[in-house]
Amino acid sequence: MYAANYHKPSSLSEAVSALSSNEDAKVLAGGQTLLPTMKQHLAAPSDLVDIRAIDGMVGVSVSGDTVTIGAATTHADVASNADVQAHIPALASLAEGIGDPAVRHMGTIGGSIANNDPAADYPSAVLGLGATVVTSKREIAADEFFNGMFATALDEDEIITAVKFPKPVKAAYAKFPNPASRYAMAGVFVAQTGSGVRVAVTGAGADGVFRHGGMEAALASDFSTSAVDGVTVSADGMLSDIHGDATYRANLVKVMTKRAVSNAR
Amino acid sequence: MSDGIGARVKRKEDKRFLLGKGKYTDDIRVENQSYGAFVRSPHAHARIKGIDASAALAMDGVIAVHTGPELKADGIGDIITGWAITSKNGEAMKIGAWSPLATEKVRYVGDSVAIVIAETQALARLAAEAVEVDYEVLAPAVATGKAMNPGQPLVHDEIANNMCFDWEVGDEAKTDAGLAGAAHITEISLINNRLSPNAIEPRSAIAVYDDAEDHYTLYSTSQNPHVARLVLSAFYNVAPEHKLRVIAPDVGGGFGSKIYIYPEEITCLWASMKTGRSVRWTAERSESFMTDAHARDHVTSAKIGFDSDGKIVGFKVDTIANIGAYASLFATATPTYLYGTLLSGQYEMPAIYCNVKAVYTNTVPVDAYRGAGRPEATYVVERIMEKAAREMNMDVAELRRKNFIRAFPYQTEVLLAYDAGDFDAVLNMAQEAADVAGFPARKAEAASRGKMRGLGYSCFIEACGLAPSAAAGSLGSGVGLWESAEVRVNPVGTIEILTGAHSHGQGHETTFAQLAADRFGIPIDNVAIVHGDTDKVQFGMGTYGSRSGPVGMSAVMKALDKVEAKVKKIVAHSLEAAEDDIVIEGGEAKIAGTDKKMAWHEIGLAAYMAHNLPEGMEPGLKETSFFDPVNFSFPSGCFICEVEIDPETGVTQIVQFVAADDFGTIINPMIVEGQVHGGVTQGIGQALMEGVVYDDDGQLLTGSYMDYTMPRADDVPSYTIGHGCTPSPNNPLGLKGCGEAGAIGSPVAVINAIVDAIGTDVEMPATPSRVWAAIQSSAMPQAAE
Repeated sequence: MYAANYHKPSSLSEAVSALSSNEDAKVLAGGQTLLPTMKQHLAAPSDLVDIRAIDGMVGVSVSGDTVTIGAATTHADVASNADVQAHIPALASLAEGIGDPAVRHMGTIGGSIANNDPAADYPSAVLGLGATVVTSKREIAADEFFNGMFATALDEDEIITAVKFPKPVKAAYAKFPNPASRYAMAGVFVAQTGSGVRVAVTGAGADGVFRHGGMEAALASDFSTSAVDGVTVSADGMLSDIHGDATYRANLVKVMTKRAVSNAR
Repeated sequence: MSDGIGARVKRKEDKRFLLGKGKYTDDIRVENQSYGAFVRSPHAHARIKGIDASAALAMDGVIAVHTGPELKADGIGDIITGWAITSKNGEAMKIGAWSPLATEKVRYVGDSVAIVIAETQALARLAAEAVEVDYEVLAPAVATGKAMNPGQPLVHDEIANNMCFDWEVGDEAKTDAGLAGAAHITEISLINNRLSPNAIEPRSAIAVYDDAEDHYTLYSTSQNPHVARLVLSAFYNVAPEHKLRVIAPDVGGGFGSKIYIYPEEITCLWASMKTGRSVRWTAERSESFMTDAHARDHVTSAKIGFDSDGKIVGFKVDTIANIGAYASLFATATPTYLYGTLLSGQYEMPAIYCNVKAVYTNTVPVDAYRGAGRPEATYVVERIMEKAAREMNMDVAELRRKNFIRAFPYQTEVLLAYDAGDFDAVLNMAQEAADVAGFPARKAEAASRGKMRGLGYSCFIEACGLAPSAAAGSLGSGVGLWESAEVRVNPVGTIEILTGAHSHGQGHETTFAQLAADRFGIPIDNVAIVHGDTDKVQFGMGTYGSRSGPVGMSAVMKALDKVEAKVKKIVAHSLEAAEDDIVIEGGEAKIAGTDKKMAWHEIGLAAYMAHNLPEGMEPGLKETSFFDPVNFSFPSGCFICEVEIDPETGVTQIVQFVAADDFGTIINPMIVEGQVHGGVTQGIGQALMEGVVYDDDGQLLTGSYMDYTMPRADDVPSYTIGHGCTPSPNNPLGLKGCGEAGAIGSPVAVINAIVDAIGTDVEMPATPSRVWAAIQSSAMPQAAE
């Protein structure tokens, strides 16, 4: 690992200032992607700004129809949180299925969506539930947040503080794990929400997480697995790698959508 | 005796491992230490035009940077291969020079170019990145099946067609004649997938040079420290044997990959002398993936013929074996004498012919890995037998039974003479344990849930106990393959057994101690095993090829015989009785039929006090033996695997795995079962998950656990294990060896089960995407013929 300066601010403004005053500074949350990347000498930030000690960054709150999760809340805390389990069980079970126990006790929701790994689980929930990403500057709708593989709407000096999830009518997440890494090869988050059915796919698309319009249309009129049967999933735009080609991933998207629909609650 | 042969004694070594108190190479601290890091090639194939280390040397704390030409100038030798193979045209194999640090060309991604030595590990690594190597990048030869093709880049400029050797075994004319008269012929094309060994502990070395004594010490992750010392002395000219001590402390798994003496150990030793500093290096996991010897990697086509009664009339096999960029220590023996010679399987085959072409490619060297050649042979034999049975509409077990060898010893058509076996008994045991009769009902039940079930067999035999030295020598081995032991009875009666075998997970500290406990009836806690240090142990050939039992324990038995004989003489003299009347049991020596006896500690004391020994007897109680086996041993078994496949995703779940084996005598069933569990799990890994992938440029795509799939606990079922027993007549205990059988027999059982379930062939690793694609292609409407 190359040497880097470590900052652990206690306020958001200090964090933003540490981030903007150092050109190659990076936000450090759980570090489950950044630190291994640094260990492999594939990243060399000058400064690390650890946001976990900032007031209000950790925890879950419920207000009306909204569940708000602090950006530095770990996957393990989301998975075991009674409010998340009660209001959005699909989100709790998604968090329970990320990585392994070590990853779940360090990795955070904010870190996951800021990184926007094309095979990460959380982006599908944020997009599938139509959540809102709260940052140090503004609120960003999920549909505007994800900009393709490892890219987001965030500015260089912008820090995610929380994610606001609307409670769905029902929802589920079904993941087909990569045999080696157990990241998603195809993870499908299906939600019946107040504003219609949303189907978000992670792991499979060459441009990262995306909504599947065909699935959404079919399920809007008939929320059943047989409706999914009638939808054609094109292999165009799907990832191909040593673990599976685009045709296989297109198949997985369909199968995982069916499994999510039948598990939705 | 509760601690004796056949007892499920808990492993003595586990306390320190479970408490995290094992002492591995990287745990050892030495004086005056520094850290080595290697500059490695990022290219699969390139010419080195220049190396500029000035930026690295300018860094504060960097001690030295050394390159290949400096090693050469000091007379450090090229890395050797240990087994000479002669091509079928009589030519010697072609060996491409392998310098510990590359001199003119780099030949695989990870090939070592220079060593940087610095005050800290982090600095050594940073400085290694600062060494600028000017490469002229060359096109690589990568794919096994294409490496010999005209126009392929040459890995070694002087070796035409990248061919190391073109070897044969068996009788081609007789085999062709047999096949010509066959009533049915089955053909198959197979790829045996390339594997990465993945020991938990990465390779590590600490080199300590003492200039006052002109003496070297190497701490190293070695399966065979004496062989390492021998080779480092005799071939690499690091130091003469009496000036070099090799210590292999606790070693966290080897599977073959730690047999070999790699560039890093040689370079660290030499660099320690050059710099006057102790030099330590431990591989990072990505270095392990890049530089540990890989395994398997065969492309094979085979043809088998049967008469109208289903009896085999001829078997012909053509294999291309990828040995990587350089011929590593056992790389030439593995695809020849450990492969072609096993192609008779458990069957009477009147004619066999096997041709193996070994090719160089711009990939890391390929060498022996758990099973070494025998898994590849078993895969060919057992895939083609099941395919043939299906083509002939015969039950897959019945076709096997029809061809089983039943009279022993049995001389195969491919050199080996099997010692003992009862293949019917083991097959019956496995079929019963697997409830084969109930399979159709289970298949139907699975189908009602939309799942596909299949049952696959593997009836395997392997050659272990490497090896009778004279026979190995006549076939090209560069070393003798005996083993040695010393049994020291101390004056207080405790015992130390010094063995040349090395334990890196096998449990020798327990099983070897059981031999002495059994012989003299003393508690196992009074027996210590000493291994892994060339200054302590007389000599040894190390642990691989399931040899520690059949060869290493046999040497212990011979030494125990000598101790027992001397004890009887001492006791007979002390008690004024005849030697023949002395019985040793329960920790004492008695005159049979009387109450006159000596306790074990009294005997030890008598031997060392030497106040009353028989006339002319030397004092002390310490005996050494060397054991050279008269033949290989031949463990065999029958594995039956049952799978359930989800046709929507192609996921294969192993719902049952029965392993019935014949290892001859078993010293500790618990440890043997652990060996089977581990071996079968590695074989399931090969069948379903593991596979090294290089792209066309020779870049390693499976360079981390993000892309290289290892079996995890939730991928495998609880195993059902049974033991048959036909003792080997070739060693005193009747042992056959158990370390590799699981990995040898299991891959083909898994694949046969998948083929049975989906009705079409699939390659290893049978990943979900491959199985799904195979199901899709076989479900396609077939054109009318």
